[in-house]
Amino acid sequence: MSWESWIVGTLSRTLAYGTPLLLATLGEIYAERSGVLNLGVEGMMIVGALSAFAVAYTTGNPWLGVLVSAVVGGAFSLIHAFASVTLRANQVVSGLALTMLGLGLSGVLGRRWEGWPLFTPLREVSIPGLSKIPVLGPALFEGQNLLVYIAVLLAVLLWFVLYKTRIGISIRAVGEDPATADSLGINVARVRYLCVFVGGVLAGLGGGYLSVAYRPSWTDGMTAGMGWIVIALTIFAFWNPLLGLVGAYFFAALFHLSFRLQAWLAPELLKTMPYVLAIVVLIVVARGTLQKRMGAPSALTIPYTRGEE
Amino acid sequence: MAADAVVPHAVELKGVVKRFPGVLANDHVDLAVRRGEIHCLLGENGAGKTTLMRILYGLYQPDEGELLLNGEAVRISSPKAALAHRIGMVHQHFHLVPTLSVEENIVLGLSEGTGPFLRPRRTREKINRLAGEYGLQVDPTAKVWQLSVGQQQRVEILKALYRDADILIMDEPTSVLTPQEVEALFGTLRTLVDDGLTIIFITHKLDEVMEVSDRVTVLRKGKAIATVDTSAMTKAELAKMMVGRDVVFRIEKEATERGDRILAVVDLHARNDRGLPALRGVSFELFSGEILGIAGVSGNGQHELSEVLTGLRRATHGTAMLETFDLAGCSARQIADLGVAHVPTERIRMGTVPTMSIRENLILKSYRSPEFRRWIFLDEKAATRSASDAMREYQISAPNDGTAAKNLSGGNIQRLVLARELCGSPRFVVAAHPTYGLDVGATEQIRQVLLDQRKRGAGILLISEDLDEIVQLSDRILVLFDGQVMGIVDAADADLEEIGLMMAGSHRREVAA
Amino acid sequence: MKRPTWIQIDRRPSPSPRVVFGISLLAIVAALVVAGIFFQAYGVSAFRAYGDILRGALGSKLGITETVRRMIPLLVIGIGLAVAFRALFWNIGAEGQLLIGAIAASGIALFSGIPGPLMIPAMFVGGFLAGALWGAVPAILKARLGINDVITTLMLNYVAIYIVEWLIHGPWKGPTMRGFAYSDPFPSAAVLPVIAGTRIHWPTLMLGLLAAVIAFIWVTRTRQGFEIRVVGENPDAARYSGISQAKITILAMVVSGGLAGVAGVGEVAGIHHMLLSPTHISMGYGYTAIIVAWLARRNPLAVIATSFLFGVIMRGGDVIKVSLGLPFQLVNVFNGLILFFLIGSEILMRYRIRIGRRVEA
Repeated sequence: MSWESWIVGTLSRTLAYGTPLLLATLGEIYAERSGVLNLGVEGMMIVGALSAFAVAYTTGNPWLGVLVSAVVGGAFSLIHAFASVTLRANQVVSGLALTMLGLGLSGVLGRRWEGWPLFTPLREVSIPGLSKIPVLGPALFEGQNLLVYIAVLLAVLLWFVLYKTRIGISIRAVGEDPATADSLGINVARVRYLCVFVGGVLAGLGGGYLSVAYRPSWTDGMTAGMGWIVIALTIFAFWNPLLGLVGAYFFAALFHLSFRLQAWLAPELLKTMPYVLAIVVLIVVARGTLQKRMGAPSALTIPYTRGEE
Repeated sequence: MAADAVVPHAVELKGVVKRFPGVLANDHVDLAVRRGEIHCLLGENGAGKTTLMRILYGLYQPDEGELLLNGEAVRISSPKAALAHRIGMVHQHFHLVPTLSVEENIVLGLSEGTGPFLRPRRTREKINRLAGEYGLQVDPTAKVWQLSVGQQQRVEILKALYRDADILIMDEPTSVLTPQEVEALFGTLRTLVDDGLTIIFITHKLDEVMEVSDRVTVLRKGKAIATVDTSAMTKAELAKMMVGRDVVFRIEKEATERGDRILAVVDLHARNDRGLPALRGVSFELFSGEILGIAGVSGNGQHELSEVLTGLRRATHGTAMLETFDLAGCSARQIADLGVAHVPTERIRMGTVPTMSIRENLILKSYRSPEFRRWIFLDEKAATRSASDAMREYQISAPNDGTAAKNLSGGNIQRLVLARELCGSPRFVVAAHPTYGLDVGATEQIRQVLLDQRKRGAGILLISEDLDEIVQLSDRILVLFDGQVMGIVDAADADLEEIGLMMAGSHRREVAA
Repeated sequence: MKRPTWIQIDRRPSPSPRVVFGISLLAIVAALVVAGIFFQAYGVSAFRAYGDILRGALGSKLGITETVRRMIPLLVIGIGLAVAFRALFWNIGAEGQLLIGAIAASGIALFSGIPGPLMIPAMFVGGFLAGALWGAVPAILKARLGINDVITTLMLNYVAIYIVEWLIHGPWKGPTMRGFAYSDPFPSAAVLPVIAGTRIHWPTLMLGLLAAVIAFIWVTRTRQGFEIRVVGENPDAARYSGISQAKITILAMVVSGGLAGVAGVGEVAGIHHMLLSPTHISMGYGYTAIIVAWLARRNPLAVIATSFLFGVIMRGGDVIKVSLGLPFQLVNVFNGLILFFLIGSEILMRYRIRIGRRVEA
């Protein structure tokens, strides 16, 4: 295989595999930035995958499936939002319950379609003009579906919103110091609900992408633990959407190359990388100023009650 | 005066009452602040100053009374409403998000009519303009955690000014500033006032009142004592009003022999949680059979002193010798084992495990001692016996010793803490605000317990915000201000005025032997 | 939100054990009712489904023994989690600690050459130590650097999973059957004895029951247990009374990780007799045990009962797969629902809702 076609193959597979990682990570970044840890990503992704497949299969319209996956993911996440924000329950337990429920429901409800392929997946598109660029053109701008590019745009958009708009400032304030945000008139609960919902929508979308574009089919457990990688990725991205973009593609590339790198590192051990690196990041930012600069939102996992003075 | 009759006051509070469970924080308080003046609210802890201003800022609602702004009655239901009325507040603990930048903090929660989008250029222009006008220079793009405390305070002021505040409430603003920063702040305040703003300044420091205010209202124990022109008063007169003469409880105290010296604190230095110096060279001695009362307004180092002496905080310099042991270098466990009793300020949060039973709480410190252990087990029978003794002796009223601590009343919780701490006949007792928030009966009883310990020969360090309590119970009184010892006096011939002046930082007495 | 004046919501002072038990029971029943509705909507009779489950789990010798077999790892891990949760350490990593214990056991079984009678004890000890180490790492990170325990334990789960995958596809690869990778089968000295005619590897069960009793006594009656409880109930008071939070945290995690490791030994040495794919070793035992410990209110003795309950549920999943054709994933639906209802019920325990006229005091 010529090195050109190797690069094209690698880049294009990276883009494809990185997209669901990216989508779900963007969502979890928003949820965690507002102070809510959502361990239910795996559950939200897989119900998104199932609903997208089911709708796409029965209607023949994959984009409708994608839309539904976003809605379902969002609705599912509201259970966690209710438990975490309104009931002020333990967020860890609530997220785990969400994942269990999601895996269970999708496993049962999806049985009738187990193993079936989707005959109407998202179509491949080519970006006119850009696809003519040598090497990079076919790698990045040909043979992908629209969702891939939507994901990239979303990453940029969500970065912009988080750092350059009022709502973004409010979100970050709520995740760092909800008491201060509350005293300035910001509705902490509303912001958190919104962010968890966004997390659910994007996770559902990521799952939908899997069943309607990446591997157009449905199998029980087809997310294969991607939701947990997303949790690690959120940390690795220092809760920044653009770094999430970089991280998602970095790990996608790593996984794709795992067979190539077999001589140096067994592919299974390579798969531990996201998790190990997340822990490394946490250790690195545990010290003083780095914590403030790049660390986790201070109010993460802590339910907020307006204190009696 | 004639001027008052024509121009309405900028702020007027009439007959404001605010009750909390167990305490009357504001007792029919009248306050009138003129436009364009710097008006100080002076008083010690518990005087009701902060509560009153929180009512003005919409954080609390008054139970009775009315608020008038420029002569019109208003209802301020929240800080947002206060800001709409152009009232801004700079709190003692800043309401800033450390990881956001200055400009982000300033616009946090504002709508500014531009929808979701920020206008960074315009925001920065406005911030820089305000900063320049009032001497509040700060880099708008800096993250708040990178700023010094003085700079952070500037951001808080800018936040209020950015929202067009023309009445600014400042709650003990100088407690976190260096002397240079204090001067800068006063300069800013004067400039603000020249521009027509009105400033209400809460403080307990007489020097500041004299230096910066036009008029001052003295509050004591929830009541407004008087409102006077600062220029017409002396510090001594203000101190007298602040501290007052009526003493409520008269306790008969036996004269006891002062025994041997048990504690020698020499040049103790320590930092507070924010890393600022809280104790700056504190030295004193404690003798057995005496109560040494630490007087002073909260926040002047008392908390840190009690923590250093009980092993919860490291001292940065100095020694505290309890016979041959230096407490400043010991851990909490070692100090507990040395027989030092600690009645903590936050009795529920620190002093008890609320979900555990009375019996278990009573052995919270002594569970390691041979009395309560059989090999690796806890000796339940011994614990039960000791619990019933303690409950009887200290009159802890509860269904049985298995009752969870969180179901006890405040008084019973304190009795529980005392029973635990005092059961081993400790020679040194640190009692921090022991009667805070308790009813009359519990208060009396606990004071008597302390006196009994004193008779038994313990040396007691009593920290309290209640000056009456200090004067009544102590043999000697040490006044702490700004982390330094302002003076140590005998309680018997204590001059409250002098103590008041020391508490307010205006007087030092050479420490006699 | 305005409440009508005839509904009063007060903070309940402190729920009595009866109230706690009653409300927890209510939560489980509610979850089962919702699951029943789900069955009906799916086109399956709820009564038939529950009937099959109960019959399948408790109605025959095979059923009960299989239920107990499922219960064993839940019991062992659940005890460890009860201890960890008591110290306020959120050990989400039991899954990984179990696998690490399984790895240790497999390594000892396949390569150590330890003589016959000592093999099994060595495996248990090795599994305990390995799991303890895997649990101690997050504990040290939390104690020394304040790093979030949930994340670190969770991440280490997946590291453990991939280490197992690596071993069975790589260095420890045995004969491959039907595309699945396994290690070599264990020598017979490394196979745990079972109760005749069943799959109950009784050494692990005994260890579990023993551990429940010892853990209960340890936590409630010893000095160290007292310290653990103080740290978990009020860390400030712990500091004030001179208890080292760091030491207690690490101790609790050593026990918790070690017990999960023991469960891992039980699975590979008692059921499979080889190291195999992680999802076959642990069918989510580490996560299910969280519910087991939570429902038991962190009481090691109560874990015996709650682990049995979830043993029934898991066995029920096996049964329904055959009788009704529903996938084993159904068990996750049960688990998720029960957990959610438990969380919701905590609110009922914290607050008391009264309906009726109330005269203003």
